[in-house]
Amino acid sequence: MINSILKIENLSASYDDKVIIQNINLEFQKNKITAIMGPSGCGKTTLLRCLNRMHELTPNAKVSGKILLESTNLNDNFMELNSTDPILVRRRIGMVFQRPNPFPNLTIYQNVLAGYLLNGIKLKKQEADEIVEKHLNLVALWDEVKDNLKKHGTFLSGGQQQRLCIARALAMEPDVLLLDEPTSALDPISTQRIEDLIVELQKTVTIIIVTHNVGQAGRVSDFVAFLYLGDLIEYGLTDTIFTNPKNLQTEKFLTGKIS
Amino acid sequence: MNKTSFRRIKNDTYKLGLILLTIISTVPFLLILFFVIKNGIAVINWEFLTSLPKPIGENGGGIINGLIGTGILIIIATIIAIPIGIITGVYLAEYPNNLLSNSVRIVSEIFQGVPSIVVGIIAYFWLVKPMGHFSALSGSFALALILLPMIIKSTEEMVKLVPADIKEASLSLGVPYYRSILKVIIPASLSGILTGALTGIARISGETAPLLFTAFGDSFFNINIFKPISSLPLLIFNYSISPYQAWWAKAWGISFLIVIFILILNILTRILYKKI
Amino acid sequence: MKLKLLNDKVFKNILIITTSIVLLIGVAFFITLILESTSSISKFGFKFFTSTDWDPVFEKFGALPFIVGTLLTSFLSLLIAFPFTFAIMVVLGEYFTKGFISEVLRYLTELISSIPSVVIGLWGLFFLVPAVRFFQITFGLQPYGVGIFTASLLLAFMIIPYAASIAKDAMRLVPKDLKEAAYSLGATRWEVIKQVMIPYSRSGIVAGILLALGRALGETMTVTMVIGNSHFIPKNLFSPGNTIASVIANEFTEATGDLYLSSLIYLALVLFLITALINLLGKYILKKIQINH
Repeated sequence: MINSILKIENLSASYDDKVIIQNINLEFQKNKITAIMGPSGCGKTTLLRCLNRMHELTPNAKVSGKILLESTNLNDNFMELNSTDPILVRRRIGMVFQRPNPFPNLTIYQNVLAGYLLNGIKLKKQEADEIVEKHLNLVALWDEVKDNLKKHGTFLSGGQQQRLCIARALAMEPDVLLLDEPTSALDPISTQRIEDLIVELQKTVTIIIVTHNVGQAGRVSDFVAFLYLGDLIEYGLTDTIFTNPKNLQTEKFLTGKIS
Repeated sequence: MNKTSFRRIKNDTYKLGLILLTIISTVPFLLILFFVIKNGIAVINWEFLTSLPKPIGENGGGIINGLIGTGILIIIATIIAIPIGIITGVYLAEYPNNLLSNSVRIVSEIFQGVPSIVVGIIAYFWLVKPMGHFSALSGSFALALILLPMIIKSTEEMVKLVPADIKEASLSLGVPYYRSILKVIIPASLSGILTGALTGIARISGETAPLLFTAFGDSFFNINIFKPISSLPLLIFNYSISPYQAWWAKAWGISFLIVIFILILNILTRILYKKI
Repeated sequence: MKLKLLNDKVFKNILIITTSIVLLIGVAFFITLILESTSSISKFGFKFFTSTDWDPVFEKFGALPFIVGTLLTSFLSLLIAFPFTFAIMVVLGEYFTKGFISEVLRYLTELISSIPSVVIGLWGLFFLVPAVRFFQITFGLQPYGVGIFTASLLLAFMIIPYAASIAKDAMRLVPKDLKEAAYSLGATRWEVIKQVMIPYSRSGIVAGILLALGRALGETMTVTMVIGNSHFIPKNLFSPGNTIASVIANEFTEATGDLYLSSLIYLALVLFLITALINLLGKYILKKIQINH
């Protein structure tokens, strides 16, 4: 059964008049994990950053095409993100970055609530406590930090920091979570824990993950989109593409001949 | 003597000579400190700190007018310069390469090197002349113009030090741009900005030249910012070029106070700096 | 949600308007100096710089003595400061780059630059002036005490830490492998400093000297207090004199006639232009060094 939550139609993006991705058409399935992979410079991060309208923050960046997100409003099925307030878009589509980036001036507790605190959304003490505990539990960090909630997030290890950042994004209850090479700055053990966590999280949220690591895409994703030089080359079920790639470039990439 | 040992001796001689020169270059400083402390402590007492100057010929008297004046001048200058400086610094860091920011950066760099007496002239023409008389406000304005480029620069540098992905993290949570700047970027760079501000305040607290024809000086107790006002550096200048020995002593006393104040600011700055 | 975007717009406008105000102040600053000196510029023109007459009673104004005084004090102070600046640069830039001695020296030089110039002037007036006078009596010179030389000494003391800290930073940028290459060829430390480090950091040293010169040209209080305030071209280095800054400090509040005041602003304009140029040049060199690294 196909149940799309996010659709891309004819998406192109450029930066300083240099085209980075062109004419991409894709549909992301609800509560599934889609990996976007490809050699470096293929535009996978740009594609991800278009989805929550972060790309347009770069000076001289241009985007064209349509991005449609399943509406919370039942009357019209999809809303067009380009004509929606980017602030609203970003509250429904959360993001986790390459390097862990907890807010240095906030405590662990405040970091989880950052989306509320920084937006000036008032919460009751009990409500706030519940949100913090729930989401730190979701990322399996609660037991490790529950006695240190008043400490600054920067004192945690890299892997813990990244899980804190995931909790921070999840606390806003987004429908989609974008992960931009979330383990590229981490050691193998932390990486494995994050990968386990990602698989676990698809029950609550749709996940789109950018990775240049073929193994990681194979381990965590249900669907794979392969990008090469700004074009979408192949898209489909991970198992199908990994065992039987239709395109020569895809095969070369999967076997490590291009990277 | 062979060539190698000659080279080695030359090497050692230069090292010794350069270290010696370095030590000599600090001698005037130590002498100044010695004179200020020795001559300064001799005149400092409760009356010196709390009473107004007395006419020459009468013993005693103090410098309360200068203390209050300097305090008022610094506070108003800081109130003017800090918000403008921080906002401009944030703009320069956020929009580093457009026409406005490039021109302001040049203006700010020129201002950092403008002789302070020229700044005093500008304050004279913009405030003293239109108002018809010298005033604390014009003095503060001159000091603010000196402080402003220092705050702009330290804010720009500190905001640039905040990693870009911290701002992106905030934006990706749906936090509006202005809140991301006010609640994330500025707090993250605040201690650096404060360090810059403290260094600037230490500098303007000893400035004399721009006050000569703005604040001008006043030998009475004044807290009205639209009237002329005294300041400690001005008092040092006026007393030291006077022909009276009793006033020379007072000049040393005031120097002692200022140097102590600046030393304390220096230590505070260091403590803050370590926290960055 | 509309409101949030509106706030962003308001916020960006505040940033732009405030920054524009700073630009406006800078432009207005320059224009004020030009406007207020117009009557003197149109009366004396370029002759202002070649005439030695400064006579407020007959409204004749020539700035040559002050220009000579400014150049003499500035360059003499650079000359005096140079060996010390060089020494500190090498000591902090190579011999002691970390550790206790480096910390103490660095802190000391920082403190020197934070002492108000009026306090240095006070010390100059009551220690250096008598000392110079004693020296002059001993050698049978006219015992002024105050004068170009005394002012230059104080200026030198004030600019040493400033120039040294810039030059030292440039020395520390010398790549380690460059130094090691020289050592591996058997060079002594001094030879490495002289033949590798100093040539490599030349532009940083020039920038330090330029920026120090900018300071010396504009320094007002210390100079005013010890230079002797004479309106004549100094006969020798021990004569009293005046600089552009000191004559402004002394005469601005007493300037009664419009032409008198305007001539003082003319001086200020010249001082402003020269220091601005020197500073921009110095900062430009520093920026280029930074980009190269």
